[in-house]
Amino acid sequence: MADASWLTEFPDMSRRELLTIRKTLDGAYRDFSREYGDTIEALFDPLLSFLVWFENLLIITPWWVILFIITAIVHLATRSLKLSIGVVISLLLIGYFGMWEDTMRTLSIITVCTIMSIVIGIPIGILMSRSDRAQSIVTPLLDVMQTMPAFVYLIPVVMLLGIGKIPGVIAVVIYAIPPVIRLTNLGIRLVNKETLEAATAYGATPTQRLFGVQLPLAMPTIMAGINQTIMMALAMVVIASMIGVKGLGQPVLKSITNQYFTLGLLNGLAIVALAIIFDRVSQSYAKRTQRHLEGHDNG
Amino acid sequence: MANSENALIEIEGLYQIFGSSPEKVLPAVKGGASKEEILADTGHTVGLQDINLTIGKGEIFVIMGLSGSGKSTLIRHFNRLIDPTAGKIKVNGDDIMQFSMKELTQFRRHKMSMVFQHFGLLPHRTVVENVGYGLSIKGQKKTEWKEKAKEWLETVGLSGYEEQYPSQLSGGQQQRVGLARALCTDAEILLMDEAFSALDPLIRFEMQSQLIELQENLHKTIVFITHDLDEALRLGDRIAVLKDGKLVQVGKPVEIILNPADDYVRAFAKDVNRARALLVKNVMQRAQPILSIDNDTNKADEILKEYDVVFRKTKSGDFEAYSKISENYSASWTSVPSLRRNELLQDVLPKMLRSKVSLPVLNKDDELCGYLSHQSLAEMLKI
Repeated sequence: MADASWLTEFPDMSRRELLTIRKTLDGAYRDFSREYGDTIEALFDPLLSFLVWFENLLIITPWWVILFIITAIVHLATRSLKLSIGVVISLLLIGYFGMWEDTMRTLSIITVCTIMSIVIGIPIGILMSRSDRAQSIVTPLLDVMQTMPAFVYLIPVVMLLGIGKIPGVIAVVIYAIPPVIRLTNLGIRLVNKETLEAATAYGATPTQRLFGVQLPLAMPTIMAGINQTIMMALAMVVIASMIGVKGLGQPVLKSITNQYFTLGLLNGLAIVALAIIFDRVSQSYAKRTQRHLEGHDNG
Repeated sequence: MANSENALIEIEGLYQIFGSSPEKVLPAVKGGASKEEILADTGHTVGLQDINLTIGKGEIFVIMGLSGSGKSTLIRHFNRLIDPTAGKIKVNGDDIMQFSMKELTQFRRHKMSMVFQHFGLLPHRTVVENVGYGLSIKGQKKTEWKEKAKEWLETVGLSGYEEQYPSQLSGGQQQRVGLARALCTDAEILLMDEAFSALDPLIRFEMQSQLIELQENLHKTIVFITHDLDEALRLGDRIAVLKDGKLVQVGKPVEIILNPADDYVRAFAKDVNRARALLVKNVMQRAQPILSIDNDTNKADEILKEYDVVFRKTKSGDFEAYSKISENYSASWTSVPSLRRNELLQDVLPKMLRSKVSLPVLNKDDELCGYLSHQSLAEMLKI
């Protein structure tokens, strides 16, 4: 055809073809989720029961016991009186403004997501640090995970598993895991070459090198990654609430749709308070375990 | 010279080529193409070419060269931190290139230890834990290796620092920890990669002295890398000079100074303060013209014909020399001071200048092992 319209208009695929592609893919995925959805959901059952158990534990336990435990953990990790008092005051305020239960729900899901990110992320980071090939495969994947709008990957997760806690956890982990992977990889790659050579020269096996030299020396960097992961998980709370994750995100969502500014602000502030507690605790814990880096007392 | 009986480490035809496909470039390098040609034609860097070395048991073997000469690459072949492109490395007759991963680990744990230029200490372990590192990864119990690590720390003069972290120590102290760590494994061979180069001159000299002192008792086989000829001369029983990945000369310190193989070595040797670099033993005559105190002068005259001096030990343990001061005088016995074989030439200069005759040289058991004449001393100090 001697039609020159492609010069003025982009020669795009016809609407019908596009529709066919969409329908085929959607149909295939729908079939897949109908076929295997239950099986996959069953795989996540142990995680779900743990989540429910942990959330109930935090809610059922009397508030003052939780308050005491959290403050004790904070104090043990940071040894800072100021921070501990700050934690007590902010938790009391959270309770006073009626957000205790939601805060406990968020706390539980964030804790579980962080643990999962660490458990999955650190081995992947280690793998990346050992093989340039693994690094070149995983890095673009992490880029996609960090830039793809969360709503987009919520769709297939919800299609597969419906709404609820598990899809929420998966969404949060996908969003929050990249920093811990990236910084584990980076931290191990930055370990002083001569130090590693020394370990090898004295006959350390690869396992002894990993656990005796590489991971301990990469720990400050890995801790920075974990810290970032926690912060990103908290940032996901509101989005996760759209697929049925209960907690501080839901009131925020409600206040957006109903224009309740104060409700939104209060719950937002509660999230901020949690974030600060997590951040300070993980950072000062990391700092305290890296005391050997301070050095230079006498030379 | 290390002969084949007491050879501990033998390296034959060692090549190291860096690049994407070293095997393809190897024939060209073996064919004699220069480093520059190889780099221009193939983009490969020739690290080492045709290295052949034999290192004897109990000697301090120094490998010397400027930066980029491949000396640090070479020493990393001894324990296979780097694998060669071609060549054999034998230790105690075993070809370590044939070792499996497991054998190699065992070999590294028991046969060789290493001291690094920038110390290579583990910053998260305390000083005593660093010293015991080699033993702890062998699976020894903490109570056992800690005891031993403490002993070695004491030997290098760092007791009291056990629970400090490396970053709390000065450079010199950190390298002492590095040295103690290397000695703690009881390995027969000690690899020292520019071990003292990062230290300031005073500390460096101190550490060299300490190493010499330790070696007197330990008799390890030490491979020492340096770019400093003064250090090489001070420590080395033999010295290998490396240039652009090739061995230029291997020999005793005296040979390097007095008979440099080419202009490169000559340029190195020119700057050396020989009085400070050479020891009495490097210059002395190894003959032992000694006479028992009971013998008479006729016997002494007989020996005098062969050597230009005869010594005898008096009952009090002092030495007397029998020598002609000049042609017109007849020889007579005079009491003389004695020298030590490990003294630096500059330290014996005053004694030599005060004496008219050659002086006896004693070993550490106070026995005569040679003598030093004014003529050989003057020859040596002449540039």
